[in-house]
Amino acid sequence: MTDLLAIGTRKGLWLARSDDDRRTWTLDGPHLLAQEVAAVSIDTRLPSPRVLAGIQYGHWGPTVMWSDDLGATWNESDHGAIRFPEDTGAALARVWQLRPDTADRPGVVWAGCEPHSLWRSTDGGSSFELVRGLHDHPHRPTWQPGGGGGAVHTVLPDPASDRVTIAMSTGGVYVSDDGGEKWEPRNRGITVNFGPDPLPEYGQCVHKVAVDAGDPDRLYAQNHFGVFRSDDAGVSWTSIAGGLPADFGFPIVSSPTTPGTAWVVPLVADMQRVPPDGRLRVHRTCDAGETWTELGEGLPDDAWIAVMRDAFCADAGDPTGIYVGTRDGCVYASADEGDHFSLVADHLPDVLTVRAAKLS
Amino acid sequence: MTVQVLLPGVLAALTGGEKHLAVDPTGDTLGDLLDALAAEHPLLGRRIRDETGQVRRFVNVYVDGDDVRFEGGLATKVRDGAEVQVLPSVAGG
Repeated sequence: MTDLLAIGTRKGLWLARSDDDRRTWTLDGPHLLAQEVAAVSIDTRLPSPRVLAGIQYGHWGPTVMWSDDLGATWNESDHGAIRFPEDTGAALARVWQLRPDTADRPGVVWAGCEPHSLWRSTDGGSSFELVRGLHDHPHRPTWQPGGGGGAVHTVLPDPASDRVTIAMSTGGVYVSDDGGEKWEPRNRGITVNFGPDPLPEYGQCVHKVAVDAGDPDRLYAQNHFGVFRSDDAGVSWTSIAGGLPADFGFPIVSSPTTPGTAWVVPLVADMQRVPPDGRLRVHRTCDAGETWTELGEGLPDDAWIAVMRDAFCADAGDPTGIYVGTRDGCVYASADEGDHFSLVADHLPDVLTVRAAKLS
Repeated sequence: MTVQVLLPGVLAALTGGEKHLAVDPTGDTLGDLLDALAAEHPLLGRRIRDETGQVRRFVNVYVDGDDVRFEGGLATKVRDGAEVQVLPSVAGG
């Protein structure tokens, strides 16, 4: 069994492999050198794992590329895998999220993009179709860009139903119960500090959302100030930030196997956006946010850096592995749910995204 | 008519290594020329323009040495025998 870790950076993609149950890693790269890789995924539903990358050619525009041989060769569609229909008058600015659906939905891959848009592929990511139900939502013209741009950055298809949950900065959380035709905002209880109404129906700057391993209705959200939990599929949210040293941050990751377990990386905000006292630390809850434990063995002090919303992920191992990528080009891995970390890579460009998978 | 298109080396991989192309547009504007170029080389076309047809922000196009942003944009007239150069702008970090 090989563990594969895909590391997307501001200037290319690296692939790290471990053949000894995540004790040591071998780094392979750069792939796609000089291209910003803001989204990456490893689709293990295919006979050969497919690495999908949402790239930005700098001068030459964004697109989706894929490799079926672990980075040896890369492919892209002649006319662009993601291409706004002519009647929209819009142009793709960045691919923020690539999310393969479940094994029961072979070929289905979701993409969240800038400008705010959701896309669905049925051919493994070679081509995508705009989800019109979201594009035509009357709220869309009022969704504003956050500092990184206005995008759908989180896509969570429910394995057992047609529900799809998305999150946007800004816009907040929206849910469709019919596979993407109709959408409704679900942000009640998530606060806003950049507008006159602290609890609007929508418009929140939700940075990331994760689903609990044991309950598809239980969601965790790292907000632009505030960490929240919903027990009713986003209908209402309550704060779970008590016990954290700061309630700002970008990513939130849930355990794929253990109910109630999730991790965040707190940052001091709003202007600094660095770890408290410059100590990079992960905080873990094992009780759905009632309490948090600081984890830092192997993580650096004097680390005045941030962790971006997708530069944090979990794997499917036992125990769960978690991975942290930083804006100063370091990647740390833990094979024991965050109790101990070791350095996988350093001196890379800014890490924008990490994703892990087990290859048979 | 035939227009000479000059490409930077970084885009030549999309044209089989050719940095110098002779293109026969159906009309006499830069837009017509880029349409013809994209029909022959769709990946190259996407590097130069987005799906709305606009030249990408950090791509510069010159017709006979003149930056089309300060001329007629995509409506800039392109004569028979013209030289159209595509260059990346100064951007990045």
